[in-house]
Amino acid sequence: MTDDRSTSLLYTEVEQELRAAVRDLLADKSAPADVLARAEAAAGGAAPYDAELWKALARDIGAAGLLVPEELGGAGASAREAAVVLEELGRSVAAVPFLSSAVLATRALMAAGGDVAAGLLERLSSGEVTAALAVSAATSPYGPKGPAVTLGADGRVSGTVTGVIGAEVADVLLVPALAASDGSLALCAVSAGEGAGVAAVPSLDLTRPVATVTFASAPAGVVARRTGTWAPGVREALATGAGLLASEQLGVAEWCLDTTVAYVKERRQFARPVGSFQAVKHRLADLWLEVVGARAAARNAAALLADPRRGEEAASAVAVAQAYCGAVAVHAAEECVQLHGGIGMTWEHPAHLYLKRAKADQIILGTPGDHREAVAVLADLPGPAPVL
Amino acid sequence: MSVAWDEASIAERARSFLAEHDPARTDRLGFLRARFDAGLAWVHFPEGLGGLGTRRDLQAVVERELKGTPDNDPGRIGIGLGMAAPTVLAFGTDEQRRRFLRPLWTGEEVWCQLFSEPGAGSDLATLATRAVREGDEWVVDGQKVWTSSAHTARWGILVARTDPDVPKHRGLTYFVCDMRAPGVEVRPLRQITGEAEFNEVFLTGVRLPDSLRLGEVGDGWRVAQTTLMNERVAIGGAPARRSMAGVVADTWRSRPELRTHDLHQRLLKLWVDAEVLRLTAVRLREQLAAGHPGPEGSGMKLAFARLHQELSGLEVELLREDGLAYDDWTFRRPEAVDFLGREAGYRYLRAKGNSIEGGTSEILRNIIAERVLGLPSEPRADKDVAWKDLPR
Ligand SMILES: Cc1cc2nc3c(=O)[nH]c(=O)nc-3n(C[C@H](O)[C@H](O)[C@H](O)COP(=O)(O)OP(=O)(O)OC[C@H]3O[C@@H](n4cnc5c(N)ncnc54)[C@H](O)[C@@H]3O)c2cc1C
Repeated sequence: MTDDRSTSLLYTEVEQELRAAVRDLLADKSAPADVLARAEAAAGGAAPYDAELWKALARDIGAAGLLVPEELGGAGASAREAAVVLEELGRSVAAVPFLSSAVLATRALMAAGGDVAAGLLERLSSGEVTAALAVSAATSPYGPKGPAVTLGADGRVSGTVTGVIGAEVADVLLVPALAASDGSLALCAVSAGEGAGVAAVPSLDLTRPVATVTFASAPAGVVARRTGTWAPGVREALATGAGLLASEQLGVAEWCLDTTVAYVKERRQFARPVGSFQAVKHRLADLWLEVVGARAAARNAAALLADPRRGEEAASAVAVAQAYCGAVAVHAAEECVQLHGGIGMTWEHPAHLYLKRAKADQIILGTPGDHREAVAVLADLPGPAPVL
Repeated sequence: MSVAWDEASIAERARSFLAEHDPARTDRLGFLRARFDAGLAWVHFPEGLGGLGTRRDLQAVVERELKGTPDNDPGRIGIGLGMAAPTVLAFGTDEQRRRFLRPLWTGEEVWCQLFSEPGAGSDLATLATRAVREGDEWVVDGQKVWTSSAHTARWGILVARTDPDVPKHRGLTYFVCDMRAPGVEVRPLRQITGEAEFNEVFLTGVRLPDSLRLGEVGDGWRVAQTTLMNERVAIGGAPARRSMAGVVADTWRSRPELRTHDLHQRLLKLWVDAEVLRLTAVRLREQLAAGHPGPEGSGMKLAFARLHQELSGLEVELLREDGLAYDDWTFRRPEAVDFLGREAGYRYLRAKGNSIEGGTSEILRNIIAERVLGLPSEPRADKDVAWKDLPR
């Protein structure tokens, strides 16, 4: 669906229609009270994911296959449309495995290529199965960690991966593994339940917790293998994920700003709305300006990720968007708590769900500092030479 | 007859204009006048007034095609281009538009902005300069201040009080002031940079014909809003050939011995902010071109001022010993303003004005909070009181 507007920073009509569909669904099935109830269960150790909501989003709206080409059963859309879905998911902190399955796992398979990947992509885009990339969510696209998992000569994988998102609801786990035979790096597909154990960890982000995944001689299908520092598809998945995460952060920030502005218009102290005090107004004006910038940066990253001819520009756009938007979402959520006063500090008010998501989002797929260091390279702004 | 212009046809028009007016064989002024007459000055203006009545973003195509040809030195006529022209277009009579716009654009006539007064800055509507009608003329008395380029200006956009008996916003009228008229006195005001870009302007019994009034009597506040709105976009949102981030990055790249880890972290952060601001401006222009202007415009100058100040401050610090030097404190009255000109020390000092000129950053935050976010205004004591009864 590459049309002549694909480099525009505005939203196309198709994108706006998609947004409306996702927003309607979320308003219906993922109201703050629903999200909070699931989050509460999650704080007790249960997975917060909403299977019914995910099914509707993945299948009925077709979100699962947005990034997948039409010949593999997908929608043949692009990062631009996926970004719009993420904005809406951020606005509602919905607990669905869109980022983990439809972005990270999907993008890894597309970049890895081959028949196994094609087969899996077809099942993923129909919404029939859900996958997760068994890599720590705290991995940045710039610094590979050696895989913690090994692939034996018997075709089985063993090892433990911590900090994985979306694993509790995944039918398929994609795990980078070091092949014992030749030292190559393989992207392996493992069926959940067949030798792979997923243990949820109490997590800062109640609506997207992390889990520890343990592979105990689990039978694995090799999707692709190569030598080098990254297993096939992993770096591409992390880079695309980082670029699109900016749109989720935008959505989080927008909800926080809108909710706070509405609240300070209503709440009265000293016989006037607290939103009429200049100290409050100026903070919200500054926050608005940050959100405006975040939207431009996030749209730019999505537009360039959508255009395969502009890979190098996309790398810069992703780094800039991530260096900027992570802090904006956190700032918005922190202001939201502060300007709500005591109610903002309660478990009952949804503000904390956004704060927790924003803070976790700041860490996943590279911190703002990681992305700024990438900017140093990409924009030719090198640091000082070592002193000694 | 109006043509639906697109990139290709505009580029073609610019090329055929160039073919007919070889800049190497035409004098500068002749070239600029011909360019205006060909509708290639500002394509979003109407035909006959330097434009083609088409989308604003197509101007970029014209600039690309005419790159390297004589320009109108925008740093010298910024107030005319950014503020006077859109106001004359919006509120001028046909005769006023035909009289003023061409020499404004070609740079034959410089404009200045006679708004601020010693007693009226952020609270512009409280201004005290009086204009009293005498037959077909207005007699103006008062003092203006911080008037940039008054010393080079042929014309000034002037807001004056014509009715002191109504609340302050209602008794104002907007004029074009003839800077050569008897009674106009311009005195330089030296700035922290050492030079005097701005002036104080004394208006004593200045007689202006009624034909120099812009808009209705008493409608001056509304006309002035058009000027101010355009001023903020002109200062913050225009596409830039160079940028402060680019200037500082060049220094950084050429002086590796000055780099430190601390400065590096701060530079990268500002560089990202600058890139985000650039993208915000790109998005804003796309919105304008698509015919749905967003409220983003109000924020551009605010972000721009902060960024300019932080970047220019970082550069002086980066330069260490060179940052202790200043290029030139000579008291001059420059003809043009360039925020990126001269040396780092000048840029640092000049950038301080960016959060004051054209509405302070505090006032811009008020505007965003009230007009974009819809937050309630502060309780106000001055709204329904006749101007003459306001406490001073
Ligand atoms: C370089 C430069 C060029 C200029 N050129 C021109 C020109 O060509 N023509 C022209 O007419 N003017 C010009 N100006 C004047 C400029 O528009 C005014 O200086 C500006 O509007 C502020 O007015 P003031 O100086 O009276 O400050 P004041 O309004 O007295 O403000 C003093 C401080 O109080 C703050 N403040 C005021 N009201 C509020 C409020 N309601 N809430 C919170 N804070 C508030 C201000 O932000 C500021 O920090 C220029 C100024 C500069 C610096």
